Formats: sequence, C-alpha cells, structure tokens
Amino acid sequence: MQDEPTPIELTKAVADFLRNEIAPGLSGHQAFKLRVAVNILDLVTRQLALEQGSDGAEAARLAQLLDLNGSLFELNRALADRIADGKVDLTTPGLPEHLWQTTLDKLAIDQPNYASYKRERGRRNE
Amino acid sequence: MEAELGRCVASFYPGATGIAGATKLSGGASQETWSFDIVHPEGDIGAILRRAPTGFGAAPRRAAGLNNEAALMHLAYQAGVPSPRVLHVLAPEDDLGTGFIMERVEGETIARKILRDEKFAIARQHLARQLGRVAAGIHGLPRAELPQLREMTSTKEIDELGREYHSFDWPRPVFELALRWLKDNDPGPPEEVTLVHGDFRHGNLVIGPVGVRAVLDWELAHFGDPMEDLGWICVNSWRFGEIDKPVGGFGSREELYGGYESAGRKVDADRARFWEVMGTLRWGVMCCGMMQRFRDQPDHSMERAMIGRRASETEIDLMVLLAPRES
Repeated sequence: MQDEPTPIELTKAVADFLRNEIAPGLSGHQAFKLRVAVNILDLVTRQLALEQGSDGAEAARLAQLLDLNGSLFELNRALADRIADGKVDLTTPGLPEHLWQTTLDKLAIDQPNYASYKRERGRRNE
Repeated sequence: MEAELGRCVASFYPGATGIAGATKLSGGASQETWSFDIVHPEGDIGAILRRAPTGFGAAPRRAAGLNNEAALMHLAYQAGVPSPRVLHVLAPEDDLGTGFIMERVEGETIARKILRDEKFAIARQHLARQLGRVAAGIHGLPRAELPQLREMTSTKEIDELGREYHSFDWPRPVFELALRWLKDNDPGPPEEVTLVHGDFRHGNLVIGPVGVRAVLDWELAHFGDPMEDLGWICVNSWRFGEIDKPVGGFGSREELYGGYESAGRKVDADRARFWEVMGTLRWGVMCCGMMQRFRDQPDHSMERAMIGRRASETEIDLMVLLAPRES
C-alpha cells in the first residue's frame, strides 16, 4: 500500500500552486503555455478521481451487452468490430444508452466545460 | 531571408525599395507563412509570404500545393470572391523556395473574438448569409480555368477516414458507429462536381466589422461534392460554445442556404447533413492524428498531447447527430 497524500491530492496541489502563484506573474506565450499545463494537471486529477468508477461500470455494461469477458480494451474492440460488421446497431437494446453513458463519462474527464456535454449531462439528470 | 525577399519585391513591384517588419506567423518543417511590409515611397503595402523553403517542395498527400493555392486565390479574386490579391508567384531566381506573395487583408480570424467582441456585432448578423454567397461563388468557378486538383468522393473519404482511424489501433465504438452510418447513408456522386474549398471555417475566414473580407488557406482545395463545404462549416467544433447557431456559432442553416441559393446555386440539405457527420468524424480523427504526432515525437508539445483528449468532443457531437435523445 502506498502512503498518503494520494496522487489526486498531489496533482491538485501542483495545479493550485501554478494557477494561484505563478500564473499571475506571466504574460503572452508563457502564460498561454502555463494555462495548458494547468489544464493538463486538472484533467489528470479528474481522471484519477473518476476513472475507476466509470471504467468498472463500462466493463460491466460491455460484458452484458456482448456476453463476453475480457479487459476493457478487448471489450471495446469487440464492440467496435460488431458495430462495423452491422451485428449490433442503434436498435440493439442497451447500445445507445451504453454509448451515451460512456461518452458522457469521457467528457466528464476530458472537457467538462464543453457546451454539448453540459447540455446532455443536464438532460440525463432531469 | 530578408535580403532575398527585399530583392524579390523590388523585382516585381514597381517603385518598391525593400521590405520591413518580416515576422514568421506560422511554420512547420515544410511550410512557412510570413507577414511583412513592402516599403514604397507612396506608402507601405502589407503583404504575406506563403512558401516551402528550398528542399521542401513536396506537398503533403492531401495538399493542393502552393502554386495551385496561388492560382485558386487569383481566380477567386477575379470572380469577386473575397480573397487576397496575389502579387507574385515565386520563381527559382527569387531564391526563396516555392510559394507566393499576396496582399495582407486586415481583419480577425480568431473565432472567440468574432463571436464575442462588440465590434463584430453587425457582422455576426449577416455572416451566415454572406458565407452562403461566398461558397456559391467558389463552387461556381469554371472548371476549365482551374488547376489540376485531386478529386474526392464521399466513398473515398469514408475509406480514407476509416483507414486512418484504424491505423491508430485504439477502439472507439462511436467512431465505428459514425463510419457505419456514413457507409449506410453515402449519397454517392453529386449531380455536379465542383471546386470545393475543403477547409471553409473559422480561422480561414478574415472578418471585418461588416462581414467577410477574405477566404484564406486553399491548401485542402479539391474537386468534389459542393455540399462538403456547407457541411464542414456547420460542424459543432467550430461553434465555440454557441451550439444553437450551427454556422460557425453565428448563424442558422437557413441563412447559409438562403445566401447560397440567392447566388443561383441549389442546396441539397440532406447531403450537407451527411457532410456535417463526415466533418465531425474527420475532426475527431484529426485530433487523434495530432496526438500520434505528439507520441511519435515530431511535435512533443503539451498542446498536441491535449488535443488527443478533444476527440471525445466529436464523439458527443456524433451521438447528438446520430442518436439524439428525447428532450
């Protein structure tokens, strides 16, 4: 078992330091680069916090949808192949819901401020 | 470079005495864009140089090539399509590589400014309609006068996108869904094959306070389905958050189509929608491709890395297009 603080706490501490103490003193190209760096650390922090839960749920949905066992990568490959072959499509029970949930889970980590994501996430919670 | 450029300008521009303020705007390994002023006793003239330095003459596979870009801009300008005037096509004796020099058109290309700044408030009201007319002007350029360009069909484009996506060896069920949809809904060859700009969107359009001033970057020009340009400009990635204004975040499809038809050309809305799906997938595949360039080293920047994480934006856009949910 690794000791505390957790990776989430560590990346967040670095991001906060860069954002609050370094960014105000920079301008131009360096300020732009720092903003990208802080965005990366924020993304990593979100992934560390969310990935385990969403990956587990995705694997469970895929196993049921495909009636298969395997790693998440293998299951996604199998689904991709079946879609390409036309063996499953949007009329297959559970497929649209699975693709929507998986896509929303990606956006929650990648780009939670993306306008389409904000609208669709709101729709889900209604 | 400045010395050669100064000599070159003096050779083709009567009265020019040299150049000033040369600044590189962008540059990869094979192609550069420079901004500079032609110094002239009657007043300086803003200019842009697009060139491939000597030794980098070969254009990437999809690219039209700099000489063709110059020819297309010249024809567009003559036909009244807002376009920079081409001043000079580089010759071997210029010692500057291949490329061309054009007038610099002042204005804005950055989408967020065009969509938010007060000084573009009037432009935003007219832009979609104007761009419909501009697209019609491009598609109406007479084929007999145009240079040799690659010819693309929807079927070829689906195959190329599929091949490129599969080369990344990373399964994306939503991309597969889109590829399958495109194959099942491929409209086949259009009634009329025309010149297609190929990258008709924010970044390549110079906007002033009352609207479009110039169409830039003909690098991806080709012959194909004219509806490709109308679909591409509606891709959600170019709306910059204004997701209910499909044309670049500033206008409606009806305005775009109205402008297009007012110039005497016909819109096929189903085809345009097909190309919007294709364009959304294309941008997603391009994001993945830029991430590969980060991983394989030629561009090991943070921005390249992060763009790989924007492919999922196109996945949600594809889901909205192909599997919309009840509101």
